[in-house]
Amino acid sequence: MSDVRRRPRHVWAKLLLLAMVCYFLVPVWWLVVASTKDAPGLFAGSGALWFSGFHLFDNLGDLFTHKNGEYLRWLGNSVRYAFAGGVGCTIVSVLAGYGFAKFDFRGRSVVFALVLGSVMVPLTALVIPTFVMMSNVGLTDTIWAVILPSLLSPFAVYLMRVYAAVSVPDELLDAARIDGAGELRTFLRVSLPLMRPGVVTVLLLSVVGTWNNYFLPLTMLSSSKLYPLTVGIGLWSQLASSNNGGGQSLWNLIIVGSLVSIIPLVIAFLTLQRYWQGGLAVGSLK
Amino acid sequence: MPRAVASDPPGTAPARRRSARRGALGWLFILPFLIVFVVFLIGPLAYAGYLSLYTKGLATGTTFAGLDNYTRAFGDPSFRKGLWFVLRFSLVVIPLQMIVALVAALVLDEVTGRLARFSRLVIFLPYAIPAVLGALMWGFLYSPSFGPIEQLASVFDVRAPFLLSQGNIFYGLLNVVTWQWAGYYMIIIYAALQSIDSSVYEAARMDGANARQIALRIKVPMVTSALTLILIFSLIGTLQFFTEPQILGPIANGTVTPDFTPNIYAFNLAFRYAQFNYASAISFALGFVVFVAVAIFMIVTRKKGSIFT
Repeated sequence: MSDVRRRPRHVWAKLLLLAMVCYFLVPVWWLVVASTKDAPGLFAGSGALWFSGFHLFDNLGDLFTHKNGEYLRWLGNSVRYAFAGGVGCTIVSVLAGYGFAKFDFRGRSVVFALVLGSVMVPLTALVIPTFVMMSNVGLTDTIWAVILPSLLSPFAVYLMRVYAAVSVPDELLDAARIDGAGELRTFLRVSLPLMRPGVVTVLLLSVVGTWNNYFLPLTMLSSSKLYPLTVGIGLWSQLASSNNGGGQSLWNLIIVGSLVSIIPLVIAFLTLQRYWQGGLAVGSLK
Repeated sequence: MPRAVASDPPGTAPARRRSARRGALGWLFILPFLIVFVVFLIGPLAYAGYLSLYTKGLATGTTFAGLDNYTRAFGDPSFRKGLWFVLRFSLVVIPLQMIVALVAALVLDEVTGRLARFSRLVIFLPYAIPAVLGALMWGFLYSPSFGPIEQLASVFDVRAPFLLSQGNIFYGLLNVVTWQWAGYYMIIIYAALQSIDSSVYEAARMDGANARQIALRIKVPMVTSALTLILIFSLIGTLQFFTEPQILGPIANGTVTPDFTPNIYAFNLAFRYAQFNYASAISFALGFVVFVAVAIFMIVTRKKGSIFT
C-alpha cells in the first residue's frame, strides 16, 4: 500500500526538481550558448537560447588579446586576491576557532561574544571608513587594500569554533599532551586532520567570497591594471552600455569572459563537494 | 577515559602553571585574528563613528558637528527613500528565498538518485557565480531586443514586461537575488536535514505520520537554527544591497538612481562628491539600522533557537 502511495508523490517531487533545474540552469545555459555566437548572431534575435554558428574560439582569442590581454591580467589579479585573501582568512579563522574551542583562558567568553556580535556588522558598511584609513597610510590602490580586509571573517571563526568543538575530542588532545607533544604539534598533527571538512568549507567560502567581491576592490582600486575580474567586467559592461568601448564586440567579450571566469569556481566546488557539504552541516546545526 | 597523571592531580601548582601557560597559548592561537579584527572591524567602526561627527567645508575646514550628520541623514529624502526600498525588498525577497530554499532542500532530502544529485549541484551553482556576472546575465535575459523572455512572449503574441523599467525593476532584482542565493541557503538547510537521525522518522512513521506531516512537523522544526542563521545573513545582505543594482544601472537607463539603496548612496557621496564625513554617517546609520533589525529579529525568535543560544 505504501508503494502505491509513494510513487505518485515522487513523480511530483521529480517534476518540481526538473522545474527548479530549468530555472537555475537557464542563465548558465544561455551563457554557454551566447559564448559561441559572434556579434551579429548575438543581436540577431532569433533564438537566444539556441546555437547559431560556432565562434567560441574566435571569441576566446579576442578575449585574451583585447587591449594587450587586460582580461588575463584581471584573471591573474583575481587568482592572486582570492588565494592570498582566502587562504589567509582560512588560516587566521581556523587558528582562532580552534583557540576559542579548545583553550580555556581568561577573557575568552568576552572576546568571543564580541566576535559573535560582530557577525551582525555588515562588512560593506566598513568599506568606506576602511578606504579612508587605508588612504591615510597610502595603501589604497595597492593589492594590500584588497587582500588585508579580506582576512576578516567573524562567521568563519564562528563556524570553525563549532566545528573544532564537535570534531576534536578533548581526550585525544590530553593524550597527545601526555605523550609530550607541544601545542603547535598537537594542533598540526592531531586536530587539523580531524577538522579537515570544516577547514575545506571555510577555505571555499572565503575564496569564493574574495573572488566574487565587487564593492571592496571597486572602492579601493583606481588603476585598472589592479582590477579583479568582477570590477574589470563591470567596467566593460559600463563601457558597452554607454557605447564608448566598441559597442557590440565588447558584449561578446563580456559574455565569453564571464563564462571563463566562472569555470574555476565551479570546478573547485565540484571536486571538493564531499568535504564542504559535511562542513556546513555542523555549522548550521548548532 | 582515565586520567593517567596521578602524580599531577588538578589543583596542584604544576598543573595550575601548565593550564596558565595553556591559557596564554589560547591567546596566541586567536592573536592573528584579533589583530585583523581590531584593525579592520573595530578600527573602521570607531573611525566611521569619529568621521561622522565632523563636517568638512571648503571655507570652514573640518569642524565638529556633533550629531548633525545623523539628523541630516535620517531627514535626507535620498537616504530615507533608499532605506525604504531595501526594507521593502527584504520583506519580499527573504521569505521568497527561504521558501524556495526550504522546498528544494526538503525535496532533495526525500528523493535520491542521479537526478537529485544533479539538481542539487545545479540549484547551488549560481552561488559560485559572482553577483556582478549573475546580474549581467539576467540583464541580457531581460533584454527586450534579444532576450529569450521577449522571444518566448512573442510566440504567444504578447509583450513581455521589461523587468528593468521603472515600475518593474523591483521584480527584476527580486528574481536575480533569489536565483543567486536560494541555492546556497538550500545547501545549508539540506546539510542540516541530512544530519537528522533517521530513527526519528521511523518513530514518526510508526505513529502514522505521512510524508507531508514528517516534513512540516519534524524536519522543519529540526532545522530552525539553520533557518534563523540564513534569515540573519540574508537580512544583513539585503539591507546592504549594492552590486546588482549598481551593475544593472547602466543597462536600465536611469532607473537606478545614485541614491537607489543606502549603500549606493554612500558610495556616490564618498567617491563622486568626496563627502567622506557624510558618507561615513550614512554607512554608520545603515549599520545601525541593520543591527537594530537583527536584534529585533533575534528577540522575537529567541525562544525558537538561534545561533546565539
